[in-house]
Amino acid sequence: MDAEKIQPLTEEQEFSINMGPQHPSTHGVLRLMLKLQGEMVREVKPQLGYIHRGIEKMCEKLTYPQTIHLTDRLDYLSAHILNESVCLAVENALEVEVPDRVKYVRTIIDELNRIASHQLWWCAFGMDLGALTTFFYGLRDREKILDIFEETCGARLLLSYNVPGGLMFDIHPNFQKRTKDFIKYFRKKLPEYDALLTGNPIMQERTKGIGYFSKEDAINFGLSGPPGRASGFSCDVRVHQPYSAYPFAKFKEILYTEGDTFHRYKVRIDEMWESMNIIEQLIDNIPEGDFAVKMKPVIKLPEGEYYQRVEAARGEFGVYIVSDGNKNPYRMKFRSPNFCNLAPLHKMSVGYKIADLVAISGSLDFVVPDMDR
Amino acid sequence: MENNKLQELIQNFTPEAEITAGKQFLTVTVDKSRLHELAKKLKESEETQFDYLFCESAVDYNDYFMMVYHLDSTTHRHQLVLKAKITDRENPEIDSVCDLWEAANYHEREIFDLFGIRFINHPDMRKIFLDNDWVGFPLRKDYVDKVNVVER
Amino acid sequence: MNFDIYDFSSFTKSIDEGLMASMSPFWAITIEMIIIGVLILGFYAVVGLYLVYAERKICAFMQCRVGPNRVGPYGFFQTIADLIKLLLKELIPIKNADKILFNIAPFIVIIASFMAIAAIPFAKGLHALDFNIGVLYVMAVSSMGVIGILLAGWSSNNKYSLIGAMRSGAQIVSYELSVGLSLITIVILAGSLQFSTIVEGQRNGWFIFTGHIPAIIAFLVFLVASTAETNRGPFDLAEAESELTAGFHTEYSGIKFAFFFLAEYMNMFIVASIAATVFLGGWMPFHIGGWEAFNGIMDYIPPFIWYIGKTAFVIFLMMWFKWTFPRLRIDQLLTLEWKYLLPINLFNIILMAFIVLMGWHF
Repeated sequence: MDAEKIQPLTEEQEFSINMGPQHPSTHGVLRLMLKLQGEMVREVKPQLGYIHRGIEKMCEKLTYPQTIHLTDRLDYLSAHILNESVCLAVENALEVEVPDRVKYVRTIIDELNRIASHQLWWCAFGMDLGALTTFFYGLRDREKILDIFEETCGARLLLSYNVPGGLMFDIHPNFQKRTKDFIKYFRKKLPEYDALLTGNPIMQERTKGIGYFSKEDAINFGLSGPPGRASGFSCDVRVHQPYSAYPFAKFKEILYTEGDTFHRYKVRIDEMWESMNIIEQLIDNIPEGDFAVKMKPVIKLPEGEYYQRVEAARGEFGVYIVSDGNKNPYRMKFRSPNFCNLAPLHKMSVGYKIADLVAISGSLDFVVPDMDR
Repeated sequence: MENNKLQELIQNFTPEAEITAGKQFLTVTVDKSRLHELAKKLKESEETQFDYLFCESAVDYNDYFMMVYHLDSTTHRHQLVLKAKITDRENPEIDSVCDLWEAANYHEREIFDLFGIRFINHPDMRKIFLDNDWVGFPLRKDYVDKVNVVER
Repeated sequence: MNFDIYDFSSFTKSIDEGLMASMSPFWAITIEMIIIGVLILGFYAVVGLYLVYAERKICAFMQCRVGPNRVGPYGFFQTIADLIKLLLKELIPIKNADKILFNIAPFIVIIASFMAIAAIPFAKGLHALDFNIGVLYVMAVSSMGVIGILLAGWSSNNKYSLIGAMRSGAQIVSYELSVGLSLITIVILAGSLQFSTIVEGQRNGWFIFTGHIPAIIAFLVFLVASTAETNRGPFDLAEAESELTAGFHTEYSGIKFAFFFLAEYMNMFIVASIAATVFLGGWMPFHIGGWEAFNGIMDYIPPFIWYIGKTAFVIFLMMWFKWTFPRLRIDQLLTLEWKYLLPINLFNIILMAFIVLMGWHF
């Protein structure tokens, strides 16, 4: 709906309401100040900062390997991908070439992490629409990935498995077998997701044509990740600026042009299939070799600026490092996908109902610590 | 587009721009008064079409601030870093690029909040993370927080 | 065929006559009312609690979980423990709430469902009230619940509650129509508004079988509309926890919340038992024409079991809806009612009237 076409409100018609910071469907401590006219949303003003921890400031006091453990705490659902961004930036700055084995393992875990993240999103999106059963189906399958993570590096959620120069330790001997088992299992289970939610006529009614966002707007707002690709904005960093082992794998970027809530949903479901393809191509070909390059005990980046883009589960994640040659960064800036994906929420949801706002914000898949940093 | 061609083009747009070819990106430094003009040209010109602002940040170099704009073109797939220096520490101001890239809206609010740089013509210049009564700008190098930070 | 081996009317009549003989009619009726009241209260509490238990087990079954399994065998006493917890919880007074309306609201909701349960025939003769306008009576009292919900939302002085209450008002007022019209379809077939007559009319076949297509349509419409009328998913817009936190009962705690909670389950029980009575033959056993031995065995199953079984089946359907479907949006909900269910229903009534007129039903 066009925001401009709607008549302005008189003072008596205006009904403002605070959605959050404690609200089941803002997925954390996000506060949306809504102005309503009856059930219709007239204005969405996000209020951030409830979980602002000043991570960028903290990084200025820490060494590079230490900052990796703070990136976990941004988008905790794609922790490994975020860890990797800092490691890649440091490796590129020092011109260290990591062994192929490291690249393969990193990419496989990236994709497993992406699947796990999309599974949790699927759970929560179903909940946002009022279908409570999705939550348990998604978590049931996500548990298998977390078990693989646990066996590999001891952590389930915040992996911190990457270190500059490679991995913290080698993969577990069972890693390949379990990952293959999981892919086999999940190929059978993913159609269940479609049967339970995607094909449901109520779900389709609730999401098709809701929250339309054009390609031009998506680029202009910097809407990246699955929401951007649903609008037809080809923004997959894995394709355009491949890193790690992505050049070795064949995969296609999922693109839709409809740009509504349903296609933001569809992109993520298709991405899970695509991620499984990537893993299947890589898992049998993990080359033998070292799991890390020997780095100096104190890592100092040469003076200059470094930027590394990676594709996190929610969109493009960037880390911008300014170094003055010391052991800790002079300035570290994280370009977090959720922060940028929040801005379009107002434009997407004006003129729709409250229930649509919940569906739209669910389809943008917010992780609040990533916004607030 | 190749970096050297891009370099020539930008030299045509703004002759006084200082261009350095970095390891990763081509870096263009302009005076803050010319920033908005150049940004508009970079976005709208057929040959450059920098339509995607993927990162905007500020760096505090103790005696001046540096605004850093990371630009990408979705049609030509080339990147560029645009920089502008702000020397006034007491009352730092710069033109907003929010009218060109909507993505700048939140980034600029964040910079306003954490660096205290005011953006002229920004539609909604409010703090984004911190409380309205927060004193100081945390990401500045001279910021001291006696309560929460223990100096070792 | 012997249908009436389990006839409670002689049993209840003997109690009535015994009381009447020993005391004045005023006291006899008073004592009868007290006995019935206590029985219904007890029944109400037990059914309410075990519906909650059933819901939790069924939803666990659908969600690959185990469900309550710690208190008692298979978690059988879990809901009793919950009830004790709810009774002991603090009732949080709300500042700036309309105190009187805020306190009255849960009672209105629960009284409405209490009154409706009185008219339901559990077995032959096991019937608190046998009005000749039973269907009309149940419709009337069950729609009183919406007043309680509206008051709860209004008096809480909470914006979410207000939205929830307004949604609920719009929803229940519209779906009342479909519930009423689908019942009227069967009333045309049965020729009576009295529940006992409606059940007796199904002696030779349940109305859903004898009424052809219009009865089946009416049953489906009734299922959808009654699910909506009880504010259950996928029509739980008044609560809609992902949108309105908890809707109209956001501000209620302790036993007052328990009243809303219990009333929701009892309303579900009531609409399910109306569906069972009107469409599925009430306490009548299942018979197949010509299969004498089979019918004989069916007769030996007590009518109360038949009645509970049928009700449980409808309740299971409603729970199945809730745990698999996403929630509708308010405009879609009203569109469904006014643009689809209502026209279908009106057409269905005409069809049924025509079938009854021509004598085409069984």
